[in-house]
Amino acid sequence: MTMNVSLHEKLNATSIYLPLQSRIVDVRPLTPGEKLFTIELPHGLSLQHTPGQFVQVSILGVGEAPISVSSSPSRSNGTFELCVRRAGSLTEALHRLEPGDPIWIRGPYGTGFPIKRFRGKDLLFAPGGLGLAPARSLIQEVLDQRSMFGRVMILYGARNPSELLFTDELKQWQKHENVEVHLTVDRPSPGWEGNVGVITTLFSKVHVYAPNTVAITVGPPVMYRFVLIELLALGIKEGNIWLSLERRMKCGVGKCGHCQIHHLYACVDGPCFTYAQVKHLSEAL
Amino acid sequence: MMPRMILPKTAIPEWVARLRETYTLIAPKPIKDRFVFAEIDSASDFTLDYPTSILPPKKALLPPRETLIRFDNHNAYAEPALDPPATVILGVHTCDLHAIALMDKAFTRLYADQHYEARRESLTIVSVECLKPCSEEAFCKDMDTLNVPERFDLHLTNLGDAYAVDIGSPKGEALLQEFSPMQEAAPEDRRSYDRVLSNKWSQFSYRLQAGAYELPSTLNLGFKSTLWEELGERCLGCGACNLVCPSCYCFDIQDETDFSLNVGERYRMWDSCQLSPFAVVAGGHDFRPSRANRLRHRFLRKYRYQTQATGMAGCVGCGRCAQACLVEIAPIEVLNTLYRRCLATERKP
Repeated sequence: MTMNVSLHEKLNATSIYLPLQSRIVDVRPLTPGEKLFTIELPHGLSLQHTPGQFVQVSILGVGEAPISVSSSPSRSNGTFELCVRRAGSLTEALHRLEPGDPIWIRGPYGTGFPIKRFRGKDLLFAPGGLGLAPARSLIQEVLDQRSMFGRVMILYGARNPSELLFTDELKQWQKHENVEVHLTVDRPSPGWEGNVGVITTLFSKVHVYAPNTVAITVGPPVMYRFVLIELLALGIKEGNIWLSLERRMKCGVGKCGHCQIHHLYACVDGPCFTYAQVKHLSEAL
Repeated sequence: MMPRMILPKTAIPEWVARLRETYTLIAPKPIKDRFVFAEIDSASDFTLDYPTSILPPKKALLPPRETLIRFDNHNAYAEPALDPPATVILGVHTCDLHAIALMDKAFTRLYADQHYEARRESLTIVSVECLKPCSEEAFCKDMDTLNVPERFDLHLTNLGDAYAVDIGSPKGEALLQEFSPMQEAAPEDRRSYDRVLSNKWSQFSYRLQAGAYELPSTLNLGFKSTLWEELGERCLGCGACNLVCPSCYCFDIQDETDFSLNVGERYRMWDSCQLSPFAVVAGGHDFRPSRANRLRHRFLRKYRYQTQATGMAGCVGCGRCAQACLVEIAPIEVLNTLYRRCLATERKP
């Protein structure tokens, strides 16, 4: 077995664009539009990713797309998970795959969250919609080393209850004595007993000690504009607000130019950035 | 630099014929009244004395369409396509050589792109010294690309009846091996070479009001200028400027299969930041929704971002984009207007 060899080292030997055939070992529907895929790399290779990084996922003949890893390294056990929304031709084809089917992977790519720098800090997670997928990787990692961090607060919102991702895990986190979870939906359905409103309505429910708080927010472009106002109003420093900027990386390795945000490449300089790093870049948010 | 060898012009047909035995040859070939870098068989197919080419020689290193991976889903097979032929490209101007130096940096920084590296390794470049301006639109003297860059293979300077030959690499030297008409440069050849080079510089004029070193800050100061909206009104968003640019290398990656849907290839093809889908992300949000935004991005990338990322400007001043633009958007005019406006704004109290 070559357990210590990362996928990255293996791939970069011949072509940085060559993906490696991997296998889907589990498929779990999370919502009407999203599925969670558990993927196993061949030859006992390990992904060795950092929370916040992404992989290039492909079906040969259909195409390739960047997708954030939504499981933590701490729970990898030889596999990793991707939460995929059915949105384009590739994700449409992915949703038709079943356990045992091949899937081609290269990566991991990008700069993830600097988890070591978060030690001792209070962590305020504010993911929106599909943003929980990459945030979950970091949340799991943090919960698996719970004593290394201060408070853990999770504010999560979706459009309606059926679109909430990872509902089983949300329940576990809610039961966790050392985690504060606040959920909201824009449009409640019968039986919903939680908060109603967009994610920003949750910020009044947490009282943070701003100087020691790191905020992690991941979501669609429109969400950032509103969430950032709340985080700054709480007094959290711009350098302590972490975002993941979504772009359509074609190469993933800083060449093709599609993900360029001014002089930065989201695929190598990001996708995880601090607000301080990107706030002056008009095409970032 | 002093030329080591002299190649009489009368020996060129024989030299080209010899090279043709081992290499695929690419050179500036006349087509109607313009020139294209195309495959050639003999010296009568091309000229080394040409103004500029429609497309830059970058296509030998980054073809408009290039296979990256060949695959067969039936056999769970995927292999990289890395088999470029040994190629010599003749007649490359120094501006284009500087652009290749930028591509070398871009394709090797952070992650080495083996497809680019394989082509680069199998390519030998014979460059030529420019002795007179090639077009109204060029501003190579401003961009400091009128001389040969650090890395080159063979460099030719036209001395009239012969070419002075500078040797820059073992690959370049290999093209001359055992070719008897090639002679050591004599003292009078060196005097002739000095004379030609001394006469050359006064032929070229500076075209930009800003020095090249001022461009990154000019573009920064001018980011919010109304000039971009004015140019965006004119720009057709066709992307011709990207296609003819020697230092544009952005690409898209696509798959193509045969009718079985199982056997096929993954390829990259030139893409353009001026086309509207370029910066669209999942969910449909476009971070550069207007032509003004996209045009500004191109100029910022050329004169500021590339310098920030690689230490080298993203433009070599070849002027091809200005020639290709249907609405006459030319870097000289754009940069000078922006510079004047920035100075005017700064003077305001």
